[in-house]
Amino acid sequence: MIEVKHVMKSFNGQQVLSDINHQFETGKVNLIIGQSGQGKSVLAKCIVGLYEVDEGQILFDGRNFTDMERFERSQIREEIGMLFQGVALFDSLTVEQNIMFPLTMFTNMTKGEMQKRVDFCLDRVNLSGRNKLFPAECSGGMQKRIGIARAIAMNPKYLFCDEPNSGLDPKTSIVIDGLIKDITAEYNMTTVVITHDMNSVIEIGQNILFIHQGKKWWSGDKDSILTTDNPEILSFVYASEFMKEIRSIMQEKRT
Amino acid sequence: MKLLQNIGKYTLMLTMVFTKPKKWKIFLSRLINELENIGISSLPIVALMSTFIGGVIALQTASSMSNPLLPKYTVGYITQSSTILEFSPTIISLILAGKVGSNVASEIGTMRVTEQIDALEIMGVNSLNHLVLPKIIAAILFFPVLIIFSMTLSMLGGWMALMITDLTTTETYVLGLRAFFNPFHITYALTKTVVFGFLIVSVSSFYGYYVKGGSINVGQASTQAVVSSSVAILVANLILTQLLLLS
Ligand SMILES: Nc1ncnc2c1ncn2[C@@H]1O[C@H](COP(=O)(O)OP(=O)(O)O)[C@@H](O)[C@H]1O
Ligand SMILES: [Mg+2]
Repeated sequence: MIEVKHVMKSFNGQQVLSDINHQFETGKVNLIIGQSGQGKSVLAKCIVGLYEVDEGQILFDGRNFTDMERFERSQIREEIGMLFQGVALFDSLTVEQNIMFPLTMFTNMTKGEMQKRVDFCLDRVNLSGRNKLFPAECSGGMQKRIGIARAIAMNPKYLFCDEPNSGLDPKTSIVIDGLIKDITAEYNMTTVVITHDMNSVIEIGQNILFIHQGKKWWSGDKDSILTTDNPEILSFVYASEFMKEIRSIMQEKRT
Repeated sequence: MKLLQNIGKYTLMLTMVFTKPKKWKIFLSRLINELENIGISSLPIVALMSTFIGGVIALQTASSMSNPLLPKYTVGYITQSSTILEFSPTIISLILAGKVGSNVASEIGTMRVTEQIDALEIMGVNSLNHLVLPKIIAAILFFPVLIIFSMTLSMLGGWMALMITDLTTTETYVLGLRAFFNPFHITYALTKTVVFGFLIVSVSSFYGYYVKGGSINVGQASTQAVVSSSVAILVANLILTQLLLLS
């Protein structure tokens, strides 16, 4: 479980996050949703320590990450896997070397063991045999899956995915969502997914945090998000004509 | 003010760079990469510049040798001393500041704006140590090689120019090269070189590492890196000459 307590963050006087309190639960896919520019990525980067919080605390299973020294933090970071919004694969390394990188850096595995782990991770994201390609030779959807493979290489306890299916077609998105859901359950990880895609919310949302204007505006599960009357949620969830249609059908059914 | 702030930030950066690598094996393979990337790949431009400038130094000296009181071997002597003291260590370093500096700044800057540096940090890797230390060590190790290579080719270039124009004989030229040869000048030149190499790579890494924004900013950072490392070389040159030759 990751606890976020009273987190505040501003950049050059502009308040981006104000007083965020939330718990991300173990074994579940926790979602952070909200419109663009509302502070979702900043919150994720604050949690993992890429940005220092101005106030408040982050606890990883009770361990106070915020007060830790660099060295202690890097030990927790070895338990974190992250898929970045722009994937951030190392472009000078092949697919295989990307996934192997954390293994060579932090484990004492032999070459053979590492190779096995790489093949396993690639197989897990349905990319067996693509070991020798360079990131630039892979499609957007493949890159995201390679990013996930790299993120899970070290068997992380905590997995962060920043917009794992932005820029992907709906079908590929569903594959990625399903993948995230499955590995979370399989390894009992605490997974945090940032998204603004309603499809994903319905597919995988178990514990949802809605961020608006840098505040925790609403939280709940995917069933309650469809029935809430919170106006900002409504305008977010039912932004498209398609979703509006669904809402009216649902309401008809209920009455 | 901004300058002082940057120097402070630069110094802090160096304390993160000079820490013990997590895995020596990874460091070594990165170092070999960088020797290739920073060192070996600079050989052609160094060779080209050195041969031509060496030729020009020799010809210019020969053309102003109308005074019959000057011994014939003066051409060789001037070529040797200006090459060793100034041309190879300083001018070639300035040229390398352009090539290596922009390369280092844009590579690291691109990694910054595409979140690759964040990806390293999130794994718990000290990104400054991982990325910058091998580059600095490669420069410190290989710049002296480049400069000795440059000195050799510059004097060879001088000889070729003189032979083609038939202005002097090989014996006289070689006599000049060996005249008043002071081995300390080589020490002086190589000391300068090591400092310049360090400055180029560390200053350029600084501009790349702290870039914010997108590809336009990476371009600006790499220009800034070349300008600043050139200025750093000029200042360091003055200080080192004062310290090494005059005290
Ligand atoms: N490093 C930064 N410096 C200054 N402002 C930033 C920085 N990162 C994000 N912001 C600002 O914080 C706000 C939230 O950004 P972000 O978290 O990326 O939004 P999103 O919810 O789309 O992920 C935006 O207004 C953005 O301009
Ligand atoms: Mg974002």
